[in-house]
Amino acid sequence: MDELTGLDLSAARDLLAKGEVSSKELTEAHVAAVAAVRPLNAFITETPDKAIEMAEASDARRAKGEAGVMEGLPIAIKDLYCTEGVLTTAGSHILDGFHPPYESTVTAKLWQAGAVMLGKTNMDEFAMGSSNMTSYYGAVENPWRRAGDNRPLVPGGSSGGSGAAVAARAALGATGTDTGGSIRQPASFCGIVGMKPTYGRCSRWGLVAFASSLDQAGPMTRSVRDAAIMLTAMAGHDPRDSTSVDRPVPDYEAALAGDVRGLKVGIPKEYRLDGMPAEIEALWQQGVDWLKAAGAEVHDISLPHTRYALPTYYIVAPAEASSNLARYDGVRYGLRVPGEDLTDMYEATRGEGFGAEVKRRVLIGTYVLSAGYYDAYYNKARRVRTLILKDFTDAFETVDVVLTPTAPSAAFAIGEKMDDPIAMYLNDVFTVPASMAGLPGISVPAGLSEDGLPLGLQLIGRAFDEETVFRVAGALESAAGFDSEPPFIAGR
Amino acid sequence: MAVDKDTVAKIAKLARIRVSEEQQAALAGELSNILGWVEQLNELDTEGVAPMTSVVAMTPTLREDKVTDGRCPDKILANAPEPAHGFFTVPKVVE
Repeated sequence: MDELTGLDLSAARDLLAKGEVSSKELTEAHVAAVAAVRPLNAFITETPDKAIEMAEASDARRAKGEAGVMEGLPIAIKDLYCTEGVLTTAGSHILDGFHPPYESTVTAKLWQAGAVMLGKTNMDEFAMGSSNMTSYYGAVENPWRRAGDNRPLVPGGSSGGSGAAVAARAALGATGTDTGGSIRQPASFCGIVGMKPTYGRCSRWGLVAFASSLDQAGPMTRSVRDAAIMLTAMAGHDPRDSTSVDRPVPDYEAALAGDVRGLKVGIPKEYRLDGMPAEIEALWQQGVDWLKAAGAEVHDISLPHTRYALPTYYIVAPAEASSNLARYDGVRYGLRVPGEDLTDMYEATRGEGFGAEVKRRVLIGTYVLSAGYYDAYYNKARRVRTLILKDFTDAFETVDVVLTPTAPSAAFAIGEKMDDPIAMYLNDVFTVPASMAGLPGISVPAGLSEDGLPLGLQLIGRAFDEETVFRVAGALESAAGFDSEPPFIAGR
Repeated sequence: MAVDKDTVAKIAKLARIRVSEEQQAALAGELSNILGWVEQLNELDTEGVAPMTSVVAMTPTLREDKVTDGRCPDKILANAPEPAHGFFTVPKVVE
């Protein structure tokens, strides 16, 4: 098992292409790995039979000479993606028993490209969280541990199950979704690569909606090349999502071929927070030095509205969530708690079906959208969002890509930061600005903290310039040579 | 803006979420903290700045006004908690 599950997605692809392994063999090894990582609680639903069936169909296609870019590769799917006939919960009690009668566009594209589904991964309820602690299905454990300390750590969130599954070698890759950092922050905490593409690059059709102006699908993998391969299969226009963009999808893997000589990398001074841990600052400086050594030019830049991005996010995202989550009414799907009349049934269902963090955000959203407050909060936030985007647009006139840390800390222990919502929100301080501006961002594992936990660096690019982001990420990855492994790995 | 218990009860009603008395008190504190924190946006002068409507500039496309889906009531009702005779059901709303 270890021999096949320890491979990168691209290495597995190459072995499949050479006929040295079949998708069925590769998938069987991963099905066993998914079972072996159960102590992490990374999966809400395992689909072993479906996986073997899909692998056999893939081997049959390959025998006929038909092979897509993800042909035969077993991956995990965040439980926010609707999968036809397979339980889809979004980590919430209120979606009890929901078996979608349709497939999300992004997963449909992955299956069309030949990928094999291992199961659905755990996540913060409705993707609201940075620790995976808000899931109705329980916390996920990070496969990493601090040196000399056996306390379980969070994998980050909201795509925490995907992060833990990929880091523990239970899947070659996994889908995540990112609204304010939900791909990049768990990637940083789990020591893997996580890519949030430009808003509009991937279809949102069939994703359980959180904040529609921010939500984006993306890959989580163990290498930059793997993320590029997977995004090539996931991206593309979809007439069923009017915000998906009708532009050709480049071969992102081909973009890795170039080097970064002469590329201009911006270092935003506003990301240098007061009280930032010295090891994060040192890693960031190391990233600057690596890119300089690879031939890039480094420029200091200013993104003056950075500190307002997080409070802006905590108006815009809850406002959109309060509208999107209105659909959970106990009538059409999921949980229904009986009531004396219609309103009573709604209130009982939503009171029991939503967890504490979801309630908090729906109430904030309802408040900021309510009569008398709409201008003061919601419209104010939309105006500030315009300024945040303008910061980036101005910066990208002089630089090609922006380098920052991904998160202000390494993974923290399960149970920490739970009593102060704002302390939890601060996890996303470096990832939210790119989300507010709709820009592509990637987290690349770049080093270890003093107590032996992975730390990521983030690259942010121009809208629809994922190619440059991938290319610089590849350079960063080569220079960092991150090859540390978590203590918990499937099959060891 | 400090939010009191009554305001929490009011917005919980608007959001159709049952919140117990005890939770109302806790939420009043939490929501006040969050709203107090987001109010730092008032430091910024946004006079004349247009509220963002779309983060990526795109031209909306038109499609033909044609039915392209449907005729699958069984699929649509398959997840309903209490379907009956080909319909969704709710508690009685008319006496």
